[in-house]
Amino acid sequence: MPRPGPAPERRDPPALHDRAMDNLRFIRETMERAGAFTAVPGWGGVGVGFTALAAAALAARQPTTELWLATWLAEATVALVIGGWALARKAHAANDPILSGPARRFGLSFLPPVVAAGLLTVGLYRAGVPHALPATWLMLYGAGVATAGAFSVRIVPVMGLCFILVGAVALFGPAAWGNWCMAAGFGGLHVVFGAVIARRHGG
Amino acid sequence: MGKPTSVRRPEPGDRGVSPAVPSREAPQLDRLIHERVRLAIVSGLAVNETLTFNELKRLLKTTDGNLSAHARKLEEAQYVRCTKSFAGRVPKTEYRLTPAGRRALERYLDHMEALIQATRER
Repeated sequence: MPRPGPAPERRDPPALHDRAMDNLRFIRETMERAGAFTAVPGWGGVGVGFTALAAAALAARQPTTELWLATWLAEATVALVIGGWALARKAHAANDPILSGPARRFGLSFLPPVVAAGLLTVGLYRAGVPHALPATWLMLYGAGVATAGAFSVRIVPVMGLCFILVGAVALFGPAAWGNWCMAAGFGGLHVVFGAVIARRHGG
Repeated sequence: MGKPTSVRRPEPGDRGVSPAVPSREAPQLDRLIHERVRLAIVSGLAVNETLTFNELKRLLKTTDGNLSAHARKLEEAQYVRCTKSFAGRVPKTEYRLTPAGRRALERYLDHMEALIQATRER
């Protein structure tokens, strides 16, 4: 029969206190690792997808590279607002703190490739190779989604890999395909995967 | 904590302000879930409706044999329920926490909080 609980308390309170704290920490960390981050917003993705399809149609009509770039940067801002709002809303509805362990790891994995994409946008534009931007955006966004998705529901990393695939098409295909690859990736993939996430993972 | 459907996650710095157990008369520790692998199984299942054998193995980073042995002990105590099925031709083993298992985890959390509270009061 194991020894009764209170006895060691009297003998060595500080050690017991530390062990109890350690046990609570262990439980919390296990729960964080076990609970996949499900606040990835499906309907938000669908919304972002539709605005991206509209942006692609609009960007295709622009007479200059600068206006084409401005159209997509405006779309990126709109997507950020829609995605951020939908993510916060879903996390709140699921009572899943946005800064919890899984969510924090998701954000930390997603942000570096996106920041790199932002810096490369400036660099590639200045270097006079804007036709490389669609491939850069698609592949780095895909890399961010795929790595961050390692801590999320399984469909998220799959979506990231699809973005990388479309980015590869934009990279090795004719420059004229760039805008339509953006439509297929940021538009089509967001709509399709967003709808699946919304149906299977609570909105 | 009354509902068997949810177990709150311990917060960092959780002090257990009102432990259900008086600090000087804490009940015996539940040795069954005090063991780390079994505690991790129960904790993981507390935040997932079900987890497959492979998901638990990935979560715990342990071997098939070790996980099987610990899961069996939890099953024998009726803390977890195991269902076996086939996904196509592949056998699939799923675990879920029973109400008794959830209550055991809650009692364990209370016990830890009571210990912390007791030592802080000294």
